[in-house]
Amino acid sequence: MSLKSSLHNLKEKYKGKKMAPAFNALHTFLYLPNETTHNGTHIKAADDLKRTMNTVIMALIPCLIFGIFNAGYQHYLALGEIESAKGFLGASFWTIDNLIIGAWTVLPLVIVSYGVGLAVEFLFAVIKGHEVEEGYLVTGMLVPLIVPIDIPLWMLAVAVVFGVVIGKEVFGGTGMNILNPALTIRAFLFFAYPTWMSGDKVWVHGAVERAGTADAISGETILGSYAQNNTVAYDYWDMFWGLIPGSVGETSKVLIILGALFLIFTKVGSWRIIVSTLIGALTMGLIFNGVIESGWITETSKFYGLMSVPFWQHLIIGSILFGAVYMATDPVTASQTNKGKWIYGFLIGFISIMIRVFNPAYPEGVFLAILLMNVFAPTIDHYVIQGNVKRRMKRVKVKTA
Amino acid sequence: MSKDIRIKKGLNINLVGAAEKDISKASLSNDYVINLQDFHGVNPKMLMKEGAEVKAGEALFYNKNHESMLFVSPVSGTLVEIKRGERRSILSLKITADKTQVAVAHAIPNLGSISASEVKAFLLQSGCWPFIKQRPYDVIANPETSPKAIFISGFTTAPLAADLDFTLKGKEAEIQAAITALAKLTAGKVHVSHSGANSPLAGLQGVEHHKVSGPHPAGLVGTQINKIDPINKGELVWVVTPQDLVIIGEALLTGKFNADRTIALAGSSIKNPKYYTTKIGAEIATFLYASGVNEAKFRVINGDVLTGVTSSQSGHLGYYNTTVTAIPEGDDYEFFGWNKPVFNKISNSRALTFSWLTPNKKFDLNTNTNGEHRAFVITGGYEEVFPLDIYPMQILKACMYEDLDEMEALGMYEVAPEDFSLTEFICVSKQPHQDIIRKGLDLMLKEIG
Repeated sequence: MSLKSSLHNLKEKYKGKKMAPAFNALHTFLYLPNETTHNGTHIKAADDLKRTMNTVIMALIPCLIFGIFNAGYQHYLALGEIESAKGFLGASFWTIDNLIIGAWTVLPLVIVSYGVGLAVEFLFAVIKGHEVEEGYLVTGMLVPLIVPIDIPLWMLAVAVVFGVVIGKEVFGGTGMNILNPALTIRAFLFFAYPTWMSGDKVWVHGAVERAGTADAISGETILGSYAQNNTVAYDYWDMFWGLIPGSVGETSKVLIILGALFLIFTKVGSWRIIVSTLIGALTMGLIFNGVIESGWITETSKFYGLMSVPFWQHLIIGSILFGAVYMATDPVTASQTNKGKWIYGFLIGFISIMIRVFNPAYPEGVFLAILLMNVFAPTIDHYVIQGNVKRRMKRVKVKTA
Repeated sequence: MSKDIRIKKGLNINLVGAAEKDISKASLSNDYVINLQDFHGVNPKMLMKEGAEVKAGEALFYNKNHESMLFVSPVSGTLVEIKRGERRSILSLKITADKTQVAVAHAIPNLGSISASEVKAFLLQSGCWPFIKQRPYDVIANPETSPKAIFISGFTTAPLAADLDFTLKGKEAEIQAAITALAKLTAGKVHVSHSGANSPLAGLQGVEHHKVSGPHPAGLVGTQINKIDPINKGELVWVVTPQDLVIIGEALLTGKFNADRTIALAGSSIKNPKYYTTKIGAEIATFLYASGVNEAKFRVINGDVLTGVTSSQSGHLGYYNTTVTAIPEGDDYEFFGWNKPVFNKISNSRALTFSWLTPNKKFDLNTNTNGEHRAFVITGGYEEVFPLDIYPMQILKACMYEDLDEMEALGMYEVAPEDFSLTEFICVSKQPHQDIIRKGLDLMLKEIG
């Protein structure tokens, strides 16, 4: 008996039973289901939610691979064991040694993220009797990319459970949630274990263990340096190519841009949100640059470092680009109307840079800005839709006038 | 005066199996069946008992909500079966046709001097009234009302649907007669949309012509209403399809209800897709096998693939349909079907689907859903294929949580289920949009009326 028919027989056997959703999820992972249309349209377009989600994962894979190599590269660079790679294709970057360290540290994050997250999803599907939905496929890939490399795995596991349950399942699952689940997980980590989520000891593998020892290494991020009004040790090209410390997947701007182009081309990611987020960020950056130029803030101010960053550089430091492309575009938690998307994205970019500059404890605000705007997205949509409703009402008045 | 309507948003679904422009006469059908599901919202009360002899055009039942609204037999013969369902509701009526057909003869009205009330009485009496639909609610028009305008779409964009430029040729006189009469029922205009000068409708008098172009749903009357004269709260418009105008017109000119239809038999499961002349309610088998079928497992659809109703191979032509489509059933599993590149299916996105590379290629789609039912997730996609000034996802959600105020505010008066056929087609969450809208409209009709 072929795999196809034995799976079909199993499906028939488990139909209506408690374990059916779990079994069904595995079955539909291997095979497109044999469901046919009934009423309504008799034909359907080729793509389903799995395919859509899969497209986002494909866009994330280059960031993951780069993050793996970068983990090793930053580690050896901080130890002084290798030369700076000087560019994307630098000889000391794409090495087996870097790969081994990176795989050793990053892959466990991926495994814990998917393992714990999917376990919670399956559990909820079986208890509540709904299908295992695809949302976690993307969340599971995003989570390891937005955390510091040395985050303890148990913390990640706790955060994933929290994020999936509170961020998603309590609202009814994929499509019903208010906050982006991946960012909920990150926010949980940020507030529950702040020492593991910021500072100069968490971004480079091995830095925590060596802290306080003779061969301690530092892995300050660029934003951290600016916030301390320190000089930055990286040039723009390092930032663009991604040869800098930071969360696992956020560093390589070139790969994020390629991912963005792929998402926009496939129509899976909203170009409106991506573009408007960047416009918002640039606007805020310009305002801060203006403040510096007009002399309201001087070098003695603690805000001077971040405010004086040339406005366009905000896009290549920190996680604004990653957030704009992969987080703000989450269709469930973003604004759903096209006009709303422009406003939503603009405010994310604007607020991100504002928090980045003004947050005294932690010089990055993208995830907070996106979570904040997640909450306001329905409000934005409400007013956009009211515009349409008013237009319809006006038509009546014109008629009766 | 012609006003052009150019639709930009939409999607043409090119399918294999378009009907060739060649008309054959379908072989005679033994039985004719009227499915009551064709008349949405009608509360039928039988006038005939099982075994009764009926003439063509003789009333079989009436609508309890509007007792003057008669529904007539398409042929003369014997009413052999009244099929009933739960709580004795009537599902369908079967008439065995006589060898020689006899029709009820009504007095032929004088179109020049006929009054509005006389037109109404004639249409109700002759069984032509059910061909007039109304918006809002997409139900048979209430004879006690008067619409602000009447809309006729003579332009088809639905996949594999009968080409009206072809099927209406030679029917100009009937259509003109019907329009002359119908125009008396409205204080407003009669809007006729068509493909331009080549259309048989281009020469109609006493109407406002609109030239329509663009992808599907440009041919849907709902799209045209939205662009020409949108419906506001408290307003009514009537909608008649041109093929029904032919029957109305013939009744006005001859006094007889003639249920003849020219239909397109199309779809990839048909060997030689082409046009047939037959009658409303005829057995589909009388023309289906004449064209040959390609496979054993296929679905017969009364109507087009986006809005039609599933029929069995031994089913009967629907009351309103001019297209019968047969496409392969897709009840099979596809290994890693959600993951691998797709070249043989249509998609509006480009997520490893490549139909965008070949916009003119004709596809052979089956009835597989290509995925499972999910909550609404992806946003912005529906708007690309939905040209109406309405937020499609928001109105669908309003229907799902049954918020009447919101449904009304978002434009529910303007829509019919068919307007959501394209959004349903491209929906990655595989939500039943048309069904959701139908239920929403029914709820509004019940609560607001």
